[in-house]
Amino acid sequence: MTDIPLLDLSGITKRFPGVVANDDVAFSILPGEVHALFGENGAGKSTLVKIIYGVQRPDEGEMLFEGKPFAPAKPSEARAMGIGMVFQHFSLFEALTVADNVALGMNKGAVGSDLDKQIVEVSEAYGLTLDPTRYISSLSVGERQRVEIIRCLLQNPRLLIMDEPTSVLTPQEVEILFQTLRKLSSEGCSILYISHKLKEIRELCEKATVLRGGKVVATCDPRQETAKSLAEMMIGTSLTFAERQEQDLGGDRLVVSNLTTVSNDPFGVDIRDVSFRVRAGEILGIGGVAGNGQVELMEALIGECITAAGSIRIDGEAVGTMGPTARRERGMCSVPEERLGHGAVPDMSLWENTILSARTRKGMENNGFLNLQIAQDFADQVVAKFNVKTAGIGHAAKSLSGGNLQKFIVGREILQAPTVLVIMQPTWGVDAAAAADIHRALQDMAAGGAAILVISQDLEELMAISTNFAVIAEGRLSEPKPTGSQAIEEIGLLMGGVQDSSGGVDEGAPA
Amino acid sequence: MIRLEPRKEMSKHLLYLTPVMAVALTIVLGMVMFLILGKNPVRAITIIFVTPLTDLFTISEMIVKATPLILIGIGLSFGFRAGVWNIGAEGQFTIGALVGGALPALYPVEGFWVLPVMCLAGIIGGMAWAAIPAFLRTKFNANEILVTLMLTYVAVLLLSVLIHGPLKDPAGLNFPESRLFNESATLPTLIPETRAHVGFLVAILAVIVAWVLLARHVFGYQVKVMGQSPKAVSFGGFVEHKVIWVCLMISGGLAGLAGTFEAAGPVGQLVPALPVGYGFTAIIVAFLGRLSPVGILLAGFVMALTYIGGEAAQIEMNLPSAVTGVFQGMFLFSLLGIDVLARFRIRSTGRALVGAGE
Repeated sequence: MTDIPLLDLSGITKRFPGVVANDDVAFSILPGEVHALFGENGAGKSTLVKIIYGVQRPDEGEMLFEGKPFAPAKPSEARAMGIGMVFQHFSLFEALTVADNVALGMNKGAVGSDLDKQIVEVSEAYGLTLDPTRYISSLSVGERQRVEIIRCLLQNPRLLIMDEPTSVLTPQEVEILFQTLRKLSSEGCSILYISHKLKEIRELCEKATVLRGGKVVATCDPRQETAKSLAEMMIGTSLTFAERQEQDLGGDRLVVSNLTTVSNDPFGVDIRDVSFRVRAGEILGIGGVAGNGQVELMEALIGECITAAGSIRIDGEAVGTMGPTARRERGMCSVPEERLGHGAVPDMSLWENTILSARTRKGMENNGFLNLQIAQDFADQVVAKFNVKTAGIGHAAKSLSGGNLQKFIVGREILQAPTVLVIMQPTWGVDAAAAADIHRALQDMAAGGAAILVISQDLEELMAISTNFAVIAEGRLSEPKPTGSQAIEEIGLLMGGVQDSSGGVDEGAPA
Repeated sequence: MIRLEPRKEMSKHLLYLTPVMAVALTIVLGMVMFLILGKNPVRAITIIFVTPLTDLFTISEMIVKATPLILIGIGLSFGFRAGVWNIGAEGQFTIGALVGGALPALYPVEGFWVLPVMCLAGIIGGMAWAAIPAFLRTKFNANEILVTLMLTYVAVLLLSVLIHGPLKDPAGLNFPESRLFNESATLPTLIPETRAHVGFLVAILAVIVAWVLLARHVFGYQVKVMGQSPKAVSFGGFVEHKVIWVCLMISGGLAGLAGTFEAAGPVGQLVPALPVGYGFTAIIVAFLGRLSPVGILLAGFVMALTYIGGEAAQIEMNLPSAVTGVFQGMFLFSLLGIDVLARFRIRSTGRALVGAGE
């Protein structure tokens, strides 16, 4: 209010072949302000911050930094002005230590002689505990994000850009992050916070710019708005949220008993004596902090990793030694966490990607020969049903935005009408409207008699859709309980690895 | 400073245009080379690339050279797509010739069954030689590039040892060569009075089968998935080790068959100099043909042309025999260079800074 904006954008336009990513965008950020930039997938948020950070250059428009023209040609120029950015996808080298990674991302000359000490000082000052000598490969996702944040903080930023920072964090970690951001803001550092999580924006930000289709559609004070009104600004129509339907559960469909695996990966997690069942009509949600065995559990369940035959049963049949194709024949479909490279082949077209997991159940394969017409028709069906935005099913999977690819992959599995669905991070990166669609589709499937297992780090999501809920920590699974029957503190402790069936919270069993 | 910046999705047209551009660039570079050597560049290029195409005999000789190149190139293309780098096809070719040619070299029996048995033996020989790297890779994660390459030298020396020993022609005045294959062990020719043999038809068949496998069969699909994202292989329900084994068996088997054809066709006996580098040249053929079956068919002929044209240039213009190798090297170099330019754009970062100030 008192002084000129730290950053002022006007008339920013950026075109890509076939699409205008930013169309005449204007807004400004005051010093010390926590400013939210939000909108659904493909609204142009990422392009806009890349322009500010010097990764891309605008076709038109100008930016003023403290009233002076500002046109960074590369990130190091933006960093030299005091702009730091934490990307959604970290750029860290797993084989190097925290300190090495911090040094690599800083401008020459900015690296002091005693980097380790600086890292410790900054990390303590902002409550982000971090040991500079540890290797990245041994850090959790939340800790990796701290490395990125500390890398920015060491350069005394005037403006910190955070791209979807909480999608990988536990509630406790989110709280710590917010404290850090508030402290920074009180010290005069502006923060540009990109998200589509409405609750967070209302909690943290004092001003918000809403993007839709590359244009600024609204500017508001999010604290004065409701989550519903914000969501409607974002998507431009009224929202209907999926409601949890109470219903009777049928017989056991997926039964896991005493599942134990040993990971080949030195940094992997062993699954230890996990038992649970998912009945027809049930959605079992499994929460937990990333890196506690979710990926390993998933791989064992869907057959990418073979286990003792009887430890996994589908409709009573022991499938532990069967591969994914045999399990698909028996009704189990799955959505892995990593979309590009695991759930889909990046350079293959969308229709070729349907062959990857749907060839058995959709009859695309006959004695080893592929029926391409069925694959193409099925891809068309997925695109239409799940509203995947693409120029055509002949385009490569990697050409889709993250949220659209997620819709495609989820749609590919759901439309195979599985009787058991194992799905990891079902709405990771998709916007509120698409997330609601996916949730509704999952609930419809359950209502139709399928058993669904959802592994997610998004607690809100699990609470919203699952019938029963359990937490995985260090490869062990807590006993599934009806959703909503546990206090949030109890869940937090379970996520922290404190498991005690007797209910005595302090007596966490040592490993 | 110069920087490479990735372009967006590469167009299909460009994908097939770049090999043609590589051929054109190689010809231009070749002309420069002849100019420096003090030869008439137009005449040299004409002798190498045009004259051979105007004569039925030289065309038949091209077929002779193209047959092993296409067969081996097709075999290698599966592995190359899947990221299984068999660069020792020369060794599998040699063992194929050795095992396939052992029967007529030792026992000159007659019968219609002799050739099929030889071909089968050649395929099995090549597969067995490729089974060594397959086993070591799947069991111990040994790098197949090194294993296949080193086994090539073992194979060539093994051939030499056996021809100097048990396979030597008893009536051959102690020359290191086997007896000449009899009628039953010699491939019928395609064109009378030439060396072009029916093995070429087998190569065409291999092209067609490979096309069907890649475009319409789940095995071809697995190979593509594995080459592009190895993690998706297990999600798709495929087994990585199986793909490695099958790829090496296909490339080993086809190289072995090509070896038997070479012994039973143009050479007509086993000699230590039988492996002349087809196994290595076929690597260039596979990439020049974009790892696609039809492309490999065409690339096989282009490479065969450099052999024939190179020989003609030696005779007519007194050029060194290295000319063929130089041209083959330039093909690969131009192709890789043009590929980089098709996928990336060159930007000098110095200029970008100036642009920012405008």
